[in-house]
Amino acid sequence: MNGPALMLENVHKSFGENEVLKGIDLVVEPHEVVCLIGASGSGKSTLLKCINLIEPIDSGRIVVEGEEITAHEVDVNRVRRRIGIVFQAFNLFPHMTVTENITLAPRQALKMDRESAEKRALNLLERFGLLDKWDEYPDRLSGGQQQRVAIVRALAMRPGLMLFDEVTSALDPELVAEVLSVIKELADESMTMLIATHEMGFARDIANRVCFLDEGTILEQGPPERIFTSPEHPRTRQFLGRIIAAGRL
Amino acid sequence: MTTRGTGPGDRLDPAEPAGSSSPRAGRGSKMLGSRAVLVSSASTVLFFAAIAVVIVLAPGSEVVAERFFSPFHLEQSFFGTASTPSVAGAFLLNVEIFMISEVLILILALVIAVVRGIPGPVFFPFRMVAVAYTDLFRGVPLILVLYMIGFGVPGLGLGVVSYLPDVTYGIIALVLVYSAYVAEVYRAGIESVHESQNAAARSLGLSRWQSLRFVILPQAVRRVIPPLLNDFIGLQKDTALVSVLGSIEAARAAQIYGASQFNYASYVVAALLFVLITIPLARFTDRLIARDKRRREAGAVA
Repeated sequence: MNGPALMLENVHKSFGENEVLKGIDLVVEPHEVVCLIGASGSGKSTLLKCINLIEPIDSGRIVVEGEEITAHEVDVNRVRRRIGIVFQAFNLFPHMTVTENITLAPRQALKMDRESAEKRALNLLERFGLLDKWDEYPDRLSGGQQQRVAIVRALAMRPGLMLFDEVTSALDPELVAEVLSVIKELADESMTMLIATHEMGFARDIANRVCFLDEGTILEQGPPERIFTSPEHPRTRQFLGRIIAAGRL
Repeated sequence: MTTRGTGPGDRLDPAEPAGSSSPRAGRGSKMLGSRAVLVSSASTVLFFAAIAVVIVLAPGSEVVAERFFSPFHLEQSFFGTASTPSVAGAFLLNVEIFMISEVLILILALVIAVVRGIPGPVFFPFRMVAVAYTDLFRGVPLILVLYMIGFGVPGLGLGVVSYLPDVTYGIIALVLVYSAYVAEVYRAGIESVHESQNAAARSLGLSRWQSLRFVILPQAVRRVIPPLLNDFIGLQKDTALVSVLGSIEAARAAQIYGASQFNYASYVVAALLFVLITIPLARFTDRLIARDKRRREAGAVA
């Protein structure tokens, strides 16, 4: 595929009077890992939801692998199959086993037969050390396991782009590492990823580029070494200062 | 300081019998102290003895015993006579009406609930029809719907539609009325499934319908099974109302017996039959509720 994996042009989004995204421009190249950092309410989650077309944008363009997905005639279901998203709250389907959670979309949306969908699911589960959980219901799993299953569920659609929306924020501290290591593994395999996170250490390790969002705009972006060591914008410095004071970097 | 210590709680104490505090502390009879067991047994015996005394001492008690509980009439109305239908036999019609209506209600109500939830301006008329339907049939008493369907539709002279058996019109009326209630139960279930479940399904590329079919409805239906069964217990009893259209079901058969024999034991027989089929459903509902509770608690622990 030529061209960027993802391109946002002047994306605006409001909820009523509240303008959450005030003209976002962002390009993600294939195999790039971009981390979005910023305070709660800065628009990180909304941005990811707009890219996955869960939230319609008010104006601007979003282009994925050369196709404008915000155009009118676009089939949203087809677009979403190419973009995986993992949420803060896991959102596994509680009435289905792990394997059923993972195979539902491949079987229903991609029309895969049961056997190959299950084979794909079991392969992924094995890769991420979850094979023994294949027949469990989500409420039998720890938060970290549930979130890893949610990642596997998204990967089972073989997306070209993965979005992560603060996937460790709902986890107990001791469970964060196992989820981050899964994302790290995906980065090592050159998965294109856009990651909203509060884990600054993780962002510094994994990202090719870090974007600092503040009140609906990308104030500053660049390689993690530069953003975390010599941020240009006073707002970025202020934000990172608070993070360091909280002992999270 | 001592006067402050005697708050409202302390003042209530002397008024309460000493034994009454322990049964309130425990939740089941296993947790009652021996003194509490004694008190509860004594109060149970006294309570039913008082009722028995009132009934036995009532001036008409002998007449009532003969009219309602005569073993001869209980048996004869149960099996029927040459001139009167068997109440038990007629009760099979109630069971049949119930079984057929139940299936149709489950389907129609689900359709109404789903239609009511379809978003988008194109579907406005469909949503409006669904809302009007539930408003109408929840508001009109069942017996009036029975009269209107049972006497109105045959009156139209519409070929086959107007020459169906009475029971069929009864079933149609029951289905129309109960579907309105059950649709609301379904809707409550659908709305109780968190929007994030739908978001997760849609984000995987499932269509709106696939998300409803595989993610939302299975969870919604599971949650509303206890209230659904509760509605069906009501439906079992309301099958008796179909008799107003002339069908000889249990209540009607009991009435025929009573009118020809001047004895009402037949009503007791019919009542017992209704209770008999209701109890298993009620216990089944209890078990499902208990199972759900266990699951939720297990889920909360994990």
